[in-house]
Amino acid sequence: MISYIIKRLLALIPVIIGVALVVFLIIHLIPGDPAQTMLGERATVESIERLRESMGLNQPLYIQFINFFRDLLRGDLGRSVMSNNPVIAEISVRFPATLELSFFAMIFAVVVGIPAGIFAATHQNSLFDNFSMLVALIGVSMPIFWLGLMLIWLFAVILGWLPPSSRLSVGIEMEYITNILIIDSILQLNWAAFKNVLSHLILPAIALGTIPMAIVARMTRSSMLEVLKKDYIRTAYAKGLQDRIVVYKHALKNAFIPIITVVGLQFGVLLGGAVLTETIFSWPGLGKYLVDAIYARDFPVVQGGILFFAITFVFVNLIVDISYAAIDPRIEYN
Amino acid sequence: MNNFKKVSILLVLTLIVALFSFTALAQDEGEYGGTFIFGRGGDSVGLDPIQVTDGESFKVTQQIYDTIVMYKPGTTEVIPGLAEEWDVSEDGKTWTFYLREGVNFHDGNPVDAEAIKWNFERWGNLDHPYHIGGDFTYYGYMFQDYPGVIKEIKALDEYTVRFILNEPQAPFLANLAMVSFGIASPEAVKEHGENYFKNPVGSGPFKFVEWRQGDRVVLEANEDYWDGRPYLDEVVFRSIPDNGARYMELRSGSIDMMDYINPEDVKSVREDDSLDLVLRPSFNVGYFAMNMEFEPFDNLKVRKAFAHAINKEALIGAFYAGLAEPAKNPLPPAIWGYNDEIEDYPYDLERAKELLTEAGYPDGFEFDFYYMPVPRPYFPQPKLIAQAIQYYLSEIGVTANLLSYDWGTYLDKYYNDEFQSYILGWTGDNGDPDNFLYVLLDKTQNHGGYRSDELHEVLIEAQRTVDREKRTELYMEAQEIIHDDVPWVPIAHSTPPLVKKTMVKNYVPNPTSTEKLHRVWLDE
Repeated sequence: MISYIIKRLLALIPVIIGVALVVFLIIHLIPGDPAQTMLGERATVESIERLRESMGLNQPLYIQFINFFRDLLRGDLGRSVMSNNPVIAEISVRFPATLELSFFAMIFAVVVGIPAGIFAATHQNSLFDNFSMLVALIGVSMPIFWLGLMLIWLFAVILGWLPPSSRLSVGIEMEYITNILIIDSILQLNWAAFKNVLSHLILPAIALGTIPMAIVARMTRSSMLEVLKKDYIRTAYAKGLQDRIVVYKHALKNAFIPIITVVGLQFGVLLGGAVLTETIFSWPGLGKYLVDAIYARDFPVVQGGILFFAITFVFVNLIVDISYAAIDPRIEYN
Repeated sequence: MNNFKKVSILLVLTLIVALFSFTALAQDEGEYGGTFIFGRGGDSVGLDPIQVTDGESFKVTQQIYDTIVMYKPGTTEVIPGLAEEWDVSEDGKTWTFYLREGVNFHDGNPVDAEAIKWNFERWGNLDHPYHIGGDFTYYGYMFQDYPGVIKEIKALDEYTVRFILNEPQAPFLANLAMVSFGIASPEAVKEHGENYFKNPVGSGPFKFVEWRQGDRVVLEANEDYWDGRPYLDEVVFRSIPDNGARYMELRSGSIDMMDYINPEDVKSVREDDSLDLVLRPSFNVGYFAMNMEFEPFDNLKVRKAFAHAINKEALIGAFYAGLAEPAKNPLPPAIWGYNDEIEDYPYDLERAKELLTEAGYPDGFEFDFYYMPVPRPYFPQPKLIAQAIQYYLSEIGVTANLLSYDWGTYLDKYYNDEFQSYILGWTGDNGDPDNFLYVLLDKTQNHGGYRSDELHEVLIEAQRTVDREKRTELYMEAQEIIHDDVPWVPIAHSTPPLVKKTMVKNYVPNPTSTEKLHRVWLDE
């Protein structure tokens, strides 16, 4: 197991080099001068030249790449051209926000999606099955920005039950320690802040979790259906075991591998930042930040952000792979 | 009428006038206290005003910093700021400013002549030890390089500072009022170095409290502000990127004011008694340019025909939700020197066709028409506006091929004069006519093949003149020349909408896009 993890971690190195190279090339080879884009309508020839020089754009491409890679090895992703803030500092503020939201979105997806999938599978072709799969289909095809705005409109504007957006209300005092606010509020035993943070999480978590929820429900249903047709299930029933025990102990455990895979993949995708949800719910996460940087041609941010995303994704996959063994002892790692 | 009656009427009138002025005074008297939450479309990039170029940063730094002179609320007229008064030498090269005494930065250090000198040297001297942390873009831009037009700065005594210029610069005073040139506490800059942009210290009406990136900036009242303590205790700028979501925040009551509303929501604001729509005076121009280096735009009659063929009113109704005014000059009307006597070419298809026939194109022609890939305040929906212009031109038999590039490439090609025709625009910097007319249309600056020597002479003379009245005359003349030459069809000056709760009082939007908030109060 340990040697497997080490092997996987070593395999990260070529992945990082590859991603770094691709990101670097994409951002430097697409048309449109970053300096020009940044200065906009009021650029003069001199100001463009000066900015190009300070950004190192005057050097040959390979030198720029070597410099970028050398800094990368030192753990330095550079400074944002727009704000002059170190990219690492920006990521360390924004990633926890993304992580927190993704985590709650996945909880919503799993807590709703798996039971719905199981129930649909055990009651195949029932009214509930058809209804829940219809809901799942709608969920998968739902435009997030529309769903998000509707949620805000209904729960914040009309009913006034939940705050419309952001992470914490103005006027609630709390220190940011980890930048995962729910943890910060617990660390400080600040229950007013805890309640406030939680109430801010509900709507964006539902909006962001809806598509994964639908995917998880469909995957659970089909995986369960497959397992429920197996001989050993029939045997279990023949032994006179209770319905519940057959479904949860015998069937679900065996149906879990594809479900875990989907959950892991979805979580990995969410960790890259959800641009639309973050935009609508004013969530200061990684996705919106990266997209803004792409528009502004703030290439140190784009390079650093995508690289970070790639590494996170690989790690999530690694955790998923390891968790297979925990669920299914037949799986071995060599 | 006997005398008694006359006197009584006079008395009653005086009383009425007095009563009205009293009410007016009473209205100006605000209530102290409260937190004002402003919802905006994005976060600030940084809080060192000389290092940034984006409006979201300036909105905040306008509150934290003071400038030597500033704009009178709602206008681009220059009034005293940190300097109570100033004088200028005959040749326009020596400017002396007399500073207010007893003004301190938020860290307690005095705002004196040395501090002003230190700030300008930091910005303009490339070898200054604190010329770090960015590109000081607006300094180079407004003072034409580093140190550019400013030759020397002298602190004559504690409260007198003198600027000696290499050559007279007419908009010099207006430049000093720009939010970019907010005076920072030298001690704070030295303390924080490259990270000063996160720890701003000025002498403005509000002090910096905290900045949660991507989320909010919090400021608190500066009790000792030289222009009186702000009414508000606290100001919070929240980033709410989506226009629709921001509007819902306002409707749900979690913010007090916002900018950039979706055009389709304007109607519901007008119908809601608890909300006010406030229009910012325009500070921009969106135009359609015809490159005279390409045929047939070298022909004045063709350009005039185009000016007659585009229906500006209809464009504004359809694409700006009515929140703009048709442009007849390159200058927006809020800027001094605007020539209101100019009569725009009316929308007249018959006249347009006649002009095309006279120009030798009775059957029209085909040409390339580039539109911007990104919305700007002056062109909120560039593609749709370009399509509408294409349609208008088809009415006079002309075929426009619509084309676009990504923004960086678009600007690149614009600077290299590669477009046969295009739409683009400009938002002002310092409120000086030079900042529109010279920058966009002088023969050394224009990117549409417009090379008028006559206009060049007028604009250069205006740059070298200090007397405001004389300059006004010159700019009036310049606008006539431009009107006659038709290098552009000016389309619109947009008036960006702001929406506030009615309980927010005394918010006076400035054309320059930012305003100080110390006179704003909440009627709770």
